[in-house]
Amino acid sequence: MRKPLPAWVDISIMPLINIAAAFVVAGIIIALIGENPFTALAVMIKGAFVYKGALGYTLYYTTNFIFTGLAVAVAFHAMLFNIGGEGQAMIGGLGIGFIVLSLDPILPPLLVILLAIPVAAIFGAIWGVIPGWLQARRGSHIVITTIMFNFIASSIMVWLLAGMLMAPGQMSPETRHFADGVSLMQIHHIGNALGWPMARSPLNLSFVIALIAAVAVWVLIWRTRLGYIIRATGHSEKAVIYAGHDPARIIMIVMAISGGLAGLMALNEILGVQERVILNFTSGYGFTGIAVALMGRNHPFGIVLASLLFGALYQGGAELDFEFQTITREMVLMIQGLIILFSGALALMFVPAAERIYGKLASADRSSDTRKGEQNG
Amino acid sequence: MAELWLQFVLTIDATLRVATPLILCAMAGIFSERSGIIDISLEGKMLLSAFTAASVAALYGSPFLALGCAVIVSMLFSLLHGFACITHRGNQVISGLAINILASGLTVTVGIAIFAQGGQTPFLMSEQRFSAITLPFAETARHIPVFGTIYAEVISGHNLLVWIALLSVVITGYVLFRTTFGLRLRAVGEKPEAVDTAGISVTLMRYQAVLIAGFLCGIAGAYLSIAHGAGFVREMTAGKGYIALAAMIFGHWRPVPALLACLMFGFLEAIAARLQGVEVPFLGPMPTDLILVLPYVLTVILLAGFIGRAVPPRSIGQPYIKER
Amino acid sequence: MPFAVSMSGICKRFGAVTANDHIDLNVLSGDIHGIVGENGAGKSTLVSILYGFYTADSGTTEIAGIPYTHNTPADSIAAGIGMVHQHFMLVPNFTVLENIILGHEGYKQLSKSMDQARHMLSSLSQQYGLDVDLDAQVGDLPVSLQQRVEILKALYRDARILILDEPTGVLTPQETNQLFDILRALKKQGVTILLITHKLREIMAATDHVSVMRGGRMIAHLQTADTTPDQLAELMVGRPVQVQKQWHKANKGAAIVSVKDVQLTRSKTQNLLSDITFTVHAGEILGIAGVAGNGQSELLNILAGIIAPTAGHISYHDHHIDAGNPADPQKIKSLGVAHVPEDRHASGIVLPFTAAENAALGYEKNVSGGYGHAFLSPQSLRARCAKLMQRFDVRPADPNLKSSLFSGGNQQKLVLAREMSATPSVLLIGQPTRGVDIGAIEFIHQQLIDMRDKGCAIILVSVELDEIMSLSDRIMVMNNGRIMGLVEQATANVKDIGLLMAGVQ
Repeated sequence: MRKPLPAWVDISIMPLINIAAAFVVAGIIIALIGENPFTALAVMIKGAFVYKGALGYTLYYTTNFIFTGLAVAVAFHAMLFNIGGEGQAMIGGLGIGFIVLSLDPILPPLLVILLAIPVAAIFGAIWGVIPGWLQARRGSHIVITTIMFNFIASSIMVWLLAGMLMAPGQMSPETRHFADGVSLMQIHHIGNALGWPMARSPLNLSFVIALIAAVAVWVLIWRTRLGYIIRATGHSEKAVIYAGHDPARIIMIVMAISGGLAGLMALNEILGVQERVILNFTSGYGFTGIAVALMGRNHPFGIVLASLLFGALYQGGAELDFEFQTITREMVLMIQGLIILFSGALALMFVPAAERIYGKLASADRSSDTRKGEQNG
Repeated sequence: MAELWLQFVLTIDATLRVATPLILCAMAGIFSERSGIIDISLEGKMLLSAFTAASVAALYGSPFLALGCAVIVSMLFSLLHGFACITHRGNQVISGLAINILASGLTVTVGIAIFAQGGQTPFLMSEQRFSAITLPFAETARHIPVFGTIYAEVISGHNLLVWIALLSVVITGYVLFRTTFGLRLRAVGEKPEAVDTAGISVTLMRYQAVLIAGFLCGIAGAYLSIAHGAGFVREMTAGKGYIALAAMIFGHWRPVPALLACLMFGFLEAIAARLQGVEVPFLGPMPTDLILVLPYVLTVILLAGFIGRAVPPRSIGQPYIKER
Repeated sequence: MPFAVSMSGICKRFGAVTANDHIDLNVLSGDIHGIVGENGAGKSTLVSILYGFYTADSGTTEIAGIPYTHNTPADSIAAGIGMVHQHFMLVPNFTVLENIILGHEGYKQLSKSMDQARHMLSSLSQQYGLDVDLDAQVGDLPVSLQQRVEILKALYRDARILILDEPTGVLTPQETNQLFDILRALKKQGVTILLITHKLREIMAATDHVSVMRGGRMIAHLQTADTTPDQLAELMVGRPVQVQKQWHKANKGAAIVSVKDVQLTRSKTQNLLSDITFTVHAGEILGIAGVAGNGQSELLNILAGIIAPTAGHISYHDHHIDAGNPADPQKIKSLGVAHVPEDRHASGIVLPFTAAENAALGYEKNVSGGYGHAFLSPQSLRARCAKLMQRFDVRPADPNLKSSLFSGGNQQKLVLAREMSATPSVLLIGQPTRGVDIGAIEFIHQQLIDMRDKGCAIILVSVELDEIMSLSDRIMVMNNGRIMGLVEQATANVKDIGLLMAGVQ
């Protein structure tokens, strides 16, 4: 007898099964190309957590994924599939570039930083709200428009960075360095200043901002009226209209929030590490956000955990480059694809089997209970 | 004047070359989406088949064998897409995205494992590729004004796969609108329950549709690496699958309009390549990046309903659920 | 003579629900056989099994005496079974001809199949008097013609047994009679007909035999001539039912709703509503009758502020709203107007939400937040819901349960409870008992009468003419976006209202 799964199995066991399936398939592929998957796993774990400074790097990647994962998840709650995180992050970085490059000669660094943070979110929000508007008011499908907007953002970046924003006397498409002090403080500096010696890593204050964003998203979705309406919009636009709200407006708000979160990702890369705007600083993190959101079941807590896993994969994957001739960090891309496949598209594949097993366990439990009852009686 | 004419004819010729994979993928997209299955994995399947074709050609030397293998690999990933979206009712966009990302990782990983050239395949010799077919009298005709240049430059000198791409448009049109199979396929994308109650399996129809899409994508991928190019380079599809998707939408999911959209987008790419580095008065160098982004911008404008309206098949994106 | 259809011991479960529990059914050849039962009694499941759309978990079927194990609609079509589904199985942007041949084309080449079908269909439609333009797009046809296409589709496949699932829901009484004429003509040609309905009047009018289902079981098989509507109703519900009207004379108060010259246009040529003018008094139920799709839904949505009229004005008490200055649903609510929407599943509730969340839909601002205006606390949502559940006897009384797990009747009670929570002076209610079991229907009707007696003005839209007639003080009949007539309760009869519904004045 099949039995519907209880909520705790659905949110804890099922995601783990799906991720395990992704790793098993990845392991098989590694074995097929003639390497030992367990050795590769060991290298990755060492690379991600054990080496000096490794954890810092892992958390630095994690930061990116928390932002992009939250961006995807917020939109998902309104049943909007925002594939445009990549472009929104790029434009967010561009916003940082504009504000910093124009103000850092005149304003003190701290003020520039405090201005840059909202500007990153606003620029990302603008790049999210346009597809939102197109969906809400013009009926164009958000998946297609956000895909197109990624390409458009990328072209704008190339055009600007190889054109008017290119640093003078430079040949590569990037801006000049920001003024001294215009950067988010790195955690190891803070640690050292407080007397906890830490290994050097690019981990910076944007990690803290990311965690704050995760809490804020949780409050928004489950504890506010706006969140309530956002979730209602996701399930039934008609019900939202009936309740007296304008779903088009909600869709635009959601896409602004989503784009803003993706835009904040640029803080980590541009203001935290590069201290200038470079081409392709998003490196596909926007797409990874989709995997993170799917794995984290669109819940901020799950997203932080999934981001940590992906952070470890990226940092550990970098280690693969050094240790192996044949496997590289592209392996991580493959695992990412598999995770999206198993936690997303095939998320329901194992459910019937799990229900059958659960049904058996539950009925076995009950029959032993009744037997006990008979003995007692 | 004659020089300008030749430049124009050469651009048209390049348009056809650039448009070939777009045409094949757009037809693939039409088959899949007309049956109700969104296929954003055109990009990934094309990348995988480009890699397969180049690898097989490099290892075994036969372009036909390479083409065959490319088609099979692409169809296998179509099956995966079908397995997720049709059998397990998964989200079609997510499944397509997974295949695209998987393709990026898999091609490089396997490429390094086989060839150890950083994810590329070895450079292919001309006998390992589909080479240009020069039509009879092309050289003599070259001297005839207007028609002669067109014949020699635009019509002659293409490889087999270009002709297959053009043929695919005719076949797609015929199959969709002139056969029973096409009627059922279109019905399944509009109202699957009507097809089901008429005694035809929705699942089978949709699987057939995605397999045809895989077949066409496979040819497109092979074209990139063993006909147009001479080997596989990582990420060599560079968004062409998405442009094809845009062309398909632009063509309202109809073969001939989609062909025209592909040619238009191909023309933009060809002209951007020609104008690279050309100085424009007041503007400086030609902003070719902005020309290349036009297909995306135009598609956004089209989808927004500012130039006509693109209405997709009614049941697209929704898994068919029979029992409640 | 063998039975045309003989099913025995049919069982079918969906998850925890037993839709069919050991069902036996025998249908005489050339008979018009009715199956009645309430919503959820298992009628549709049973015929879906017969049609091969679902597979039975156990049980056997014989067609014309031959044991038959069919699994797919294709097998059933081959065995001569045709079905007209409640929701038509037609591709809207295909032509009539394309729809009819779909799945039964005969040739690989489309033009050949079409030519052959055109030829066959002309003789078929002559034989049965079913005239349709084969080249019209199905989406452009009125529903009664779409239904005709469905019947032709079945006959084109040589159906000898025709199943019709709730075929009259979208028809006027006159169109219903036409349909029954067609069925009688088919019967003359030897076609066996299975008519699924929940309307007893139709069973009495059209069938030779009737089978009654209740709660997934087969309760009785009767000869129609030997039974009465009262007996059938009792069998359907399992206890005596109050068939007589709950209505009693009202104490009308002042006019509090007034609608004047309301228009709604979709395009320059198409009017969805024209010249709608009426008033409703406190303590009165105004029933709006009409075949679905004649403007009642739009009118209800305009009154609720969901869509803005193109012209005209509406006033509630002393508050005037006109087309130039439309009000949104929140504003309308603040005027003391509550709205129970027609389409409960799409609008009235959010199915995946918990009951607690749904109990606040549209009234989020009334939930005391605890932390401030922007916030919603789950505790206060639950407390509010628990109170409403108790007052309206919603079962199970669990605010944390997902709304999709409640029965239709309990969902509707929750919606009604929510809308009543603001003690409105005007209630707009559409299809109050669609998909609701008889027990809950009685409860809901009683609530409406009670509210009216307390002085509430109620505007009731329903496609169930019986419901309109048993509750309304006045009946307004609509056809093609216009008011065809206003009938007082005392003088109302089905025939006149039916003519008005059909647009005959």
